[in-house]
Amino acid sequence: MTWEPVIGLECHVQLATATKAFSTASAAFGAAPNTHDDPYTLALPGTLPVLSRAAIEFAIKLGLATGCAIRPLSRFARKHYFYPDLPKGFQISQYDEPLCEHGRVDFVLDGPDGKEVRSVRLTRIHVEEDAGKNVHVPGAPVSLVDYNRAGVPLCEVVSEPDVKSPAEAGAYLRAIRQLVRYLGISDGNMEEGSLRCDANVSVRRAGEPLGTRTELKNINSFKNVEEAIEFEIARQIELLERGERVVQETRLWNPDKKQSAPMRSKEHAHDYRYFPEPDLPPLRVDDAWREAIRASLPELPIAKRTRFIQALGLSPYDADVLTAEKKTADFFEEVIARGAPAKAAANWITGEVMMRSNRGDQGAIGAAELAEIIALIGDGTISGKIAKDVFDKAWKSGRRPREIVEAEGLTQVTDSAAIEAACRDAVEKNPKQAEQYRAGQAKMLGYFVGQVMKATQGKANPAMVNDVLRKLLDNK
Amino acid sequence: MTLTDLTASELAEGIRRKKFSALEVAQDFLERIDRLDRKLGCFYKRRDPLAIAAEAATVDEKIARGENAGLLGGVPVGLKDLFVTEGLETTAGSKILEGWVPVYQGTAVTKLREAGAIVLGKLSMDEFAMGSSNESSAYGPVRNPWDLARVPGGSSGGSAAAVAAGLAAATLGTDTGGSIRQPAALTGTVGLKPTYGRVSRWGVVAFASSLDQVGPFGRTALDCALVLEAIAGHDPRDATSLKAAVPRYAEACKRPIDGLRIGVPREYFAKVDATVGKPVMDAIDEMVKLGAKKIDVELPHTGYAIAAYYIIATAEASSNLARYDGVRYGLRVPSENLQSMYARTRAAGFGAEVKRRIMLGTYALRSGYYDAYYLRAQKVRTLIRRDFEQAFKLCDVLAGPTSPTVAFKLGEKADDPLAMYLSDIFTIPCNLAGLPGISIPCGFHDRLPIGLQLLAPPLGEETLLRAASAYERATDWTRRRPEEPA
Repeated sequence: MTWEPVIGLECHVQLATATKAFSTASAAFGAAPNTHDDPYTLALPGTLPVLSRAAIEFAIKLGLATGCAIRPLSRFARKHYFYPDLPKGFQISQYDEPLCEHGRVDFVLDGPDGKEVRSVRLTRIHVEEDAGKNVHVPGAPVSLVDYNRAGVPLCEVVSEPDVKSPAEAGAYLRAIRQLVRYLGISDGNMEEGSLRCDANVSVRRAGEPLGTRTELKNINSFKNVEEAIEFEIARQIELLERGERVVQETRLWNPDKKQSAPMRSKEHAHDYRYFPEPDLPPLRVDDAWREAIRASLPELPIAKRTRFIQALGLSPYDADVLTAEKKTADFFEEVIARGAPAKAAANWITGEVMMRSNRGDQGAIGAAELAEIIALIGDGTISGKIAKDVFDKAWKSGRRPREIVEAEGLTQVTDSAAIEAACRDAVEKNPKQAEQYRAGQAKMLGYFVGQVMKATQGKANPAMVNDVLRKLLDNK
Repeated sequence: MTLTDLTASELAEGIRRKKFSALEVAQDFLERIDRLDRKLGCFYKRRDPLAIAAEAATVDEKIARGENAGLLGGVPVGLKDLFVTEGLETTAGSKILEGWVPVYQGTAVTKLREAGAIVLGKLSMDEFAMGSSNESSAYGPVRNPWDLARVPGGSSGGSAAAVAAGLAAATLGTDTGGSIRQPAALTGTVGLKPTYGRVSRWGVVAFASSLDQVGPFGRTALDCALVLEAIAGHDPRDATSLKAAVPRYAEACKRPIDGLRIGVPREYFAKVDATVGKPVMDAIDEMVKLGAKKIDVELPHTGYAIAAYYIIATAEASSNLARYDGVRYGLRVPSENLQSMYARTRAAGFGAEVKRRIMLGTYALRSGYYDAYYLRAQKVRTLIRRDFEQAFKLCDVLAGPTSPTVAFKLGEKADDPLAMYLSDIFTIPCNLAGLPGISIPCGFHDRLPIGLQLLAPPLGEETLLRAASAYERATDWTRRRPEEPA
């Protein structure tokens, strides 16, 4: 019988509020050390926490977007441990009465039969405060502490052990990142630590009870998450197949060595001495507040993707690319709202637009401009080939495409007499090639098209040129 | 009669009417502190006399210009050293905070100063407000002005003794399980513990967050009313502070007590020696003569209060004191690694009583013990609150002794923590229920003051002040002064 991995993920999402969770110090990332401290952040004696309404609103958004039930009354709790980056000696978190419970994250996974939508159940989402950062100075006899991050609000998103593979863990995590960015509550940047993840991993024979799990820490990139889980599954299977036991422990991933090592065992696990935070009254979320937040939610990525496929006829690939970032999806929708056909808009955006923005090319194009280019092609004013030039000019200069076409005389020639004259001219000047065509070399048609286009500076309507050339060549 | 004999309200009035100046008042108090505090030990840290004189002069100038100098314009006050004072050392009576000079000011202190009060300095207290005798201070004991061999009570012992000895016209203390009322009783002063949340806790070094409350000491109920009026009110920096408007407490002091129903809980007299019980009962009878009615009531869960209190208070304290780790401020004992730096710092910085309570609280919160201790104690707390709710259906205030005994001798209970804990039996239930309470002098035994405690429903401070003032007017206890120590 084969081994079956059982994986649960705990994600920490740093909320992009202006202030910290329990004080008015700035929560911005990247400032000089200890410039975002205030008496509360430093846990000076006599200071008290005051809950940030914005942090709770952000957390409720995430809860609603993942289908969680929002508790009308939730509570904060103190979680105790000593560490220099934890100024109060405890973290204000939530324990047995979290803000959000029983949700679900849907995401798309590449399966054997193409893309499929999977979901992972969420146990809970709760709000807590971040710790500061210990800075170890190489060679120095001291360590330093930067409390800028201390007190920044976090959402901890705890999944059920529904994740079935490292790839699925990666996809789930990407979905969380996409979601928080859609909601505008976090930048979801794993490298800067605004999205962090721990994984609980165990293996079992199919149908058997759950095995002993280990917890993986320090897996702070999508790649690390997948590699660390992969490594852990293999390590556990190897142990079990040798007849040994898996020890319940916390393991630290070393991304350079691509392996994990034990950090602490269950026996050395902290006793966090949770108890309700006496300085904060219970948090009440009434129906009106919750529903107002629900009404403010944007269309979520999975719903958008489905709509793009079903209502707009896009391919799953295009739908994925366009919905990956809300900004892109919004741009796409703006272009089609200005009359552009969905497929054409999708092609332009997933092609030219994204290629240039990903490359970091100087310039930009607005939705109105792109819609105009697509319209100019659609009504035959310019050819697709000319359109690329127009796009390039519009991207670099910001000028309106119609203005570029007019100013530079790029309008397509659709006058049939002029086209016929150009085609006749091309055929008469190249009798040898005409012979070859008539002898059965159909590809020579392209040669004549090229000649006509050259003569008309690319402005002749390609479809008409094709028609006329065929008529001329086939009839003789 | 010197200026230091006057009450805070008399001083404020005299300064306002230019009978004497704020500067004269300040100088008299400074001179008296110079002369007497060596023997009493009330002040841990005194402010610069020049700064005090300058502030007093500012008050006089305002009055000369016809401006409002505030409710307490020119009144010299002292602060328990638990109050965070910007630029003035704050230690909470502990070695672990020795030398800590705060960069911010607590709300109550700010409000007191805005009302024109002049801060003389910081007053001695039990370490982190843990104690009932002021003997757990890291900086030496405070002596009771009525008998220097005896304790002033605690934890706000310095605040109580300073008012009793005329070293400050009024002071601020804090009350977690009786730390204002018990020392008030033992020193013959008036001490008011307001409703939980009435006064902001921002800038008050935390002992037990769900129980701590700031309150005044004064020579009279009116003095306490004035100070409370100055410091009470909602504070956006304290999420547990109440939004209720602040009444004119001084007005309440003038109202008669006709028809006031005084509940007398039998449990509050059960184990009290007649030397205390009799004067307290006499005081209640005196109030009946003034028009009040006496009603017998029951508070059946009183016996469980101390046990519940010492779980909740120590649990919260073990958490609140985790921040004293040697990393950011206060004492640090350097060591070869982090764990040992923590251990040595806390071993050297905390005194025996604080360590005892941290250990008790840590134990109570251990995983697997939470339900049996902390949660159970919270349930007892609910029962005690219900006891009071039932009683207050029958009466407007509850009356009884503040402390089962008069002031005891220094060292008498120092080696018996349990005996010390048990002396808080009448004050603790009030904190567990979040109620306001007041202690007022109601007699003497062996030349030592006895305190009458009155309790009221939440936000019933006006009722307490009204009853206390009426009793004061009918008796002369608040006019008694201890002899100056030789």
